[in-house]
Amino acid sequence: MSKPLLSVSGLGISTVQDPRTLVNSVSFEIMPGEAVGVVGESGSGKTLTALSILGLLPRGVSVAGGSIVFNNIDLTKASPEMMRNLRGSDISMVYQDPMTALNPVMKLGRQLLEVIESHEKLDNGSVARVEAALREVGIPQVERAMESYPHEFSGGMRQRVMIAMALLLSPKLLIADEPTTALDVTIQQQILALVSEQRRKRDMSMLWITHDLGVVANLVDRLIVMYAGNIVEAGTVQEIFTNPQHPYTHGLLSSLPSRTDKSRKRLTSIPGVPQKPWLVGNTCAFAPRCFKATAECTASAPKLVGTLEKSVACFHPMGDK
Amino acid sequence: MSVGERTSRILLSTPVLRIGSIFTTLFGISIFVFLVLRVIPGDSIVGAFGIETGVLTPEQIAQLKIYYGIDKSLPMQYISWMQSFLTGNMGYSYSTGISIASLTAKALPVTIELALIGTILGVVMGIAVGTFSARKPGSIRDFAGQLFGLMALAVPGFVLSTTIVTIMANKFHYFPNGYEFVRLWEDPWMNLQQMLFPGLVLGIAVAAPVMRTTRSALLETVDKDFVRTAIGKGVNSRKVQTRHILRNSLIPIVTMTGIQFGYLLGGAVIVENIFSLPGMGRQVLYAITKREYATVQSSVMVFAILFITINVITDLIYRKIDPRIKQ
Amino acid sequence: MKRSPLKPKGGLYYYMQSTSGIVGALLLLFMVIVSICAVFGWLPHDPLEQNVEFAMQGPSTTFWFGTDEFGRDIFSRSLDGMRRSLTVSVSAVSIAATIGVTLGILSGYLGRWFDQLIVRLSDVIFAFPAILLALAIVSTLGNSWYQTSLAIAVVYTPIFIRVARGPVLTVKEMDYVKVTRILGFSSLRILRKHILPNVTAPIVVQVALSLSWAILTESGLSFLGLGTQPPNASLGLMVSEAQPIAAFAWWALFFPSAFITIVVVGLNLVGDGLRDALDPARRSS
Repeated sequence: MSKPLLSVSGLGISTVQDPRTLVNSVSFEIMPGEAVGVVGESGSGKTLTALSILGLLPRGVSVAGGSIVFNNIDLTKASPEMMRNLRGSDISMVYQDPMTALNPVMKLGRQLLEVIESHEKLDNGSVARVEAALREVGIPQVERAMESYPHEFSGGMRQRVMIAMALLLSPKLLIADEPTTALDVTIQQQILALVSEQRRKRDMSMLWITHDLGVVANLVDRLIVMYAGNIVEAGTVQEIFTNPQHPYTHGLLSSLPSRTDKSRKRLTSIPGVPQKPWLVGNTCAFAPRCFKATAECTASAPKLVGTLEKSVACFHPMGDK
Repeated sequence: MSVGERTSRILLSTPVLRIGSIFTTLFGISIFVFLVLRVIPGDSIVGAFGIETGVLTPEQIAQLKIYYGIDKSLPMQYISWMQSFLTGNMGYSYSTGISIASLTAKALPVTIELALIGTILGVVMGIAVGTFSARKPGSIRDFAGQLFGLMALAVPGFVLSTTIVTIMANKFHYFPNGYEFVRLWEDPWMNLQQMLFPGLVLGIAVAAPVMRTTRSALLETVDKDFVRTAIGKGVNSRKVQTRHILRNSLIPIVTMTGIQFGYLLGGAVIVENIFSLPGMGRQVLYAITKREYATVQSSVMVFAILFITINVITDLIYRKIDPRIKQ
Repeated sequence: MKRSPLKPKGGLYYYMQSTSGIVGALLLLFMVIVSICAVFGWLPHDPLEQNVEFAMQGPSTTFWFGTDEFGRDIFSRSLDGMRRSLTVSVSAVSIAATIGVTLGILSGYLGRWFDQLIVRLSDVIFAFPAILLALAIVSTLGNSWYQTSLAIAVVYTPIFIRVARGPVLTVKEMDYVKVTRILGFSSLRILRKHILPNVTAPIVVQVALSLSWAILTESGLSFLGLGTQPPNASLGLMVSEAQPIAAFAWWALFFPSAFITIVVVGLNLVGDGLRDALDPARRSS
């Protein structure tokens, strides 16, 4: 069994000021060349988990415990210079809102060249490299694009530029935080196809954050489901979609409209509202909304048990079909 | 709305850059100045003629009459004035017999030099303190920085000037402004010494709003997504500071500087008075006390034109910095 | 944007959270009390009374802030001067705010040529540095307190026009307001229920700030000799009078200056406190 590329262990994230737990304890691994999806509602902690890998947590929020090991280095304890070296070259990230993610007063070409400049020396070939990268992601009129500013492009185009920027130095791991949420559905498909293709070409690992299960089905190998700051279920896409174990996952899948079901029944939804991570005590966070909940569920918190193929944190998993 | 966007909105919504609007504003200004000074009963203007005629030549008196539009109806008076003003006839000073145009030509460079020095000093101080404050918001240094800003604002210019004069002249016996004023090209060193303290006082007045703007712009920019992107790319922190944070904070700072430069022209009135600098401010003040209305009228007009010009220049600079504005 | 008037209690509660706001309010309160004392003549000495035998004395138990070259009590004169400054500034800003806000709201609401006209007019006034304009107007009108007040009011009206007009324009375009217009609600009602609540907060903040500027302008004018005339006491005038004797009698310069500074600081802190308290985003930067 090969070594994992990224190994997250017991990661906890909380606010600094009046400490509130935002992510309770998250553990997962990403193998080289593997694509892992993280699914969850807003507030589940998925974005923060992603940001914490590269040390990009916002002001007032920090890692409260656990470790993130990449290349034998614990990123939570790495020096700023070590982190800086990794960012953009070994691990890259694409963010949710393409409209605000680029420097508005810097030309696109310059922003892309900056990636090279930060890790290698710029030389005559650099511009060609950047132009090639832009072409690869489908930007038309590349020479003009280099001299343009972000506001001259649409959201979809900007996101392509961001992807080009992230892939420029062929990172081993690409982290994508809902990069298509802010885009039209048609553009969304294009971006997804683009990323898929790039991933396969480069045999790159990927961590893809989303709230949309539909997006993730054809994109990733394994899936992690998060709820209120914890992982509730993890496993291969196949397993999760056909045999969801956790009532929450089951609920998520049931709420998806089906192409084949013509019965025009009301879509099922999970009753209640998402739980805030810091309000969860030593119980199962999902218990208040769970149709299988018992006293046991509020007595203590379930741990994640299982294999890489399938694991679940629940006292009353759904059972195999 | 962020500070940058707000200031963009303000600048764009003021009609400054559209040429037609500039002229309408100038037109409006001229009417305003005209009306304000027409409140003075006509006889005191004419009366002044009678008393001081000895100093003015007949041609000068004739010019002055055209300038004032004596014996004409109100609208004709305005037209007469505008015609004179635009052709260079700014009237004559009763007490000295010199044309106001030439007085202005001598006084204007002084005020402009003073305003420039004040602005430069103020911007440097303001950005320095603002950056210092923004590094650790909510800390002691932030508090100190903001306190500085508050004091710079609250202590009036004339108080600061008087204090400086008192201490320098009496305790240190160093008072370059006690000597006759020298022009920049006559004796640069002496000139700069004479400009130093007044420039400093004006600079402090400018530093306060610049510091505030710098601080809030920096704080706002630091949280922006693109800064995170830059860090996420592996850009080193110095470059993040300059290329990403500072460059994006510049816009409101430039705007504020432009506005302040304009207001400095007003602040110059008091400072020129205390430090005996022969600039436009002192000219206006002197004219007011001597009831030389032609001088007041022309000088105020010149001030306003200068102010508008500075606004236009600021707007142009601002458009160069922010590529989002389309020409 | 708010849809309902902010309850005064709510705003006050948030204001109390800000230490600087409280400090500012206290400083301001102090100055107001001081001025009220001056209005009723509750001063240790007559501000105009000259006691030449006590001239140029430092602070003592009889003359708390010392005396000037004519033996006048600087403490009493400072209080009296504060009263004058506040009177002029408050009346100036009241006029400016009343006229400015009315014009601003009308301008924003009615739009079209009226709006353009008002905006141009206020731009014209904006084109002048404050002191200069006040100077020019005072030179023609005269320098009694109400004339000075009027001059300062003219200078500071445009900012109120601008501050009031902004929210009106924004709110006018909001869908829910458009709906009420379609439904036929009277303009007056729209103004009251929707526009006014959004306009009050920035105006209140601006009042505090404008008051501080007005005090600086007024003292600047009296410093130049164009405001209150001697022998009356005015803070700016006192500083001017202190110039020749400052080296020997620092108190003559210090105390009036301190009074000006304190009241300006107080007003600025109050303005900041109000801004933070009334801003729905409630950011503490």
